Amino acid sequence: MKVITANFVTCAVKECKTTATSFPLHFHDAELELQEVDFQPEFIRNVIPRIDWEGLRTTANELGFPSLPETKPEGDELTNEQTLKDLHRLLLETQVMEGKLVCGTCGHAYAIKEGIANFLLPSHLGKFRIEFRS
Amino acid sequence: MADEYEQNHVHEVYQQIAGHFSATRFKAWPIVERFLQAQAPGSVGLDVGCGNGKNLTVNKDVFIVASDRSENLARIAIQHQPHSTVVADILQLPHRDAFFDFAISIAVVHHMSTPERRVEAVAEILRTVRRGEGSEPGGKFLVYAWALEQKDSRRGWDKGDPQDIMVPWVRKSKSDQGQEKTFHRYYHLYEEGELERDIEQAGGVVLESGYEKDNWWAIATPKPASTSASASAS
Repeated sequence: MKVITANFVTCAVKECKTTATSFPLHFHDAELELQEVDFQPEFIRNVIPRIDWEGLRTTANELGFPSLPETKPEGDELTNEQTLKDLHRLLLETQVMEGKLVCGTCGHAYAIKEGIANFLLPSHLGKFRIEFRS
Repeated sequence: MADEYEQNHVHEVYQQIAGHFSATRFKAWPIVERFLQAQAPGSVGLDVGCGNGKNLTVNKDVFIVASDRSENLARIAIQHQPHSTVVADILQLPHRDAFFDFAISIAVVHHMSTPERRVEAVAEILRTVRRGEGSEPGGKFLVYAWALEQKDSRRGWDKGDPQDIMVPWVRKSKSDQGQEKTFHRYYHLYEEGELERDIEQAGGVVLESGYEKDNWWAIATPKPASTSASASAS
């Protein structure tokens, strides 16, 4: 699973989606791998406006990457080739091959195996309302 | 129970036939291709029930989070860059509300085995798509389902025939010494107008719809947040 994907997923449990702590999901025991993807500066420049920057900073931090700038790069900063290359490497080339994605609200852990995250819920979480412990 | 029924007659079958199924599907259908190519560069979208990922080859300037209920198909789909593939259930998508610029679900909702679940599936995808606000149009969702009216097709079904059917998939594999093995998948065949009705019931607005190659299709958007009923264009 690519790092960028973590920015576009949340908990599959319906009740969690309206809670602030369900996004982003938190990586646990992540095993990373670098997989080369063609560098398209234009793609990175276009997709950055759709990124939740706070979410990405949290994810990057949890995966042990150096801190991202506090504010999302925009305008001229997105013409800087090195900035785009760094973001390309983090977002598209960094893969979480094994590990878990954990919801900060209900605590459910979604397994990642061979690079694919599995969001299928066990039936007790899917069908019934669940009560959260405070 | 409907979900157990689909587990046995849809999910399990796709797990078994994933390789052969994938080898017989290469290219996006024309309207799907046109829809995906029309998305602005940098748009972020969903492909729900992506199968082998054949629709992920159309536009490399957008980012698609593809999902399938079958892990074996998700493993085949994951090769298509720059996109991403996860395993998920159409009724419990792991995505935030009203975020995505576009979504597609091609030949998927016809595998849901009750009318309620078919509407729920459409509603769950519409939930994830951006809502229009004022002059800002909402995100678009393209959905395809197999048509009842296909009398010129190999299957030959037409109006008046049963809509809930089991369709055989014959797999010949080398590992079975050339033996044929037949699997049956559950389908609901949509009659004319049914897909549009489901979309409206799911809280969507139909923008465009039609028939292509034995399938009904429609492009929909979630109902705008502030619904002044008279504001929508004809």
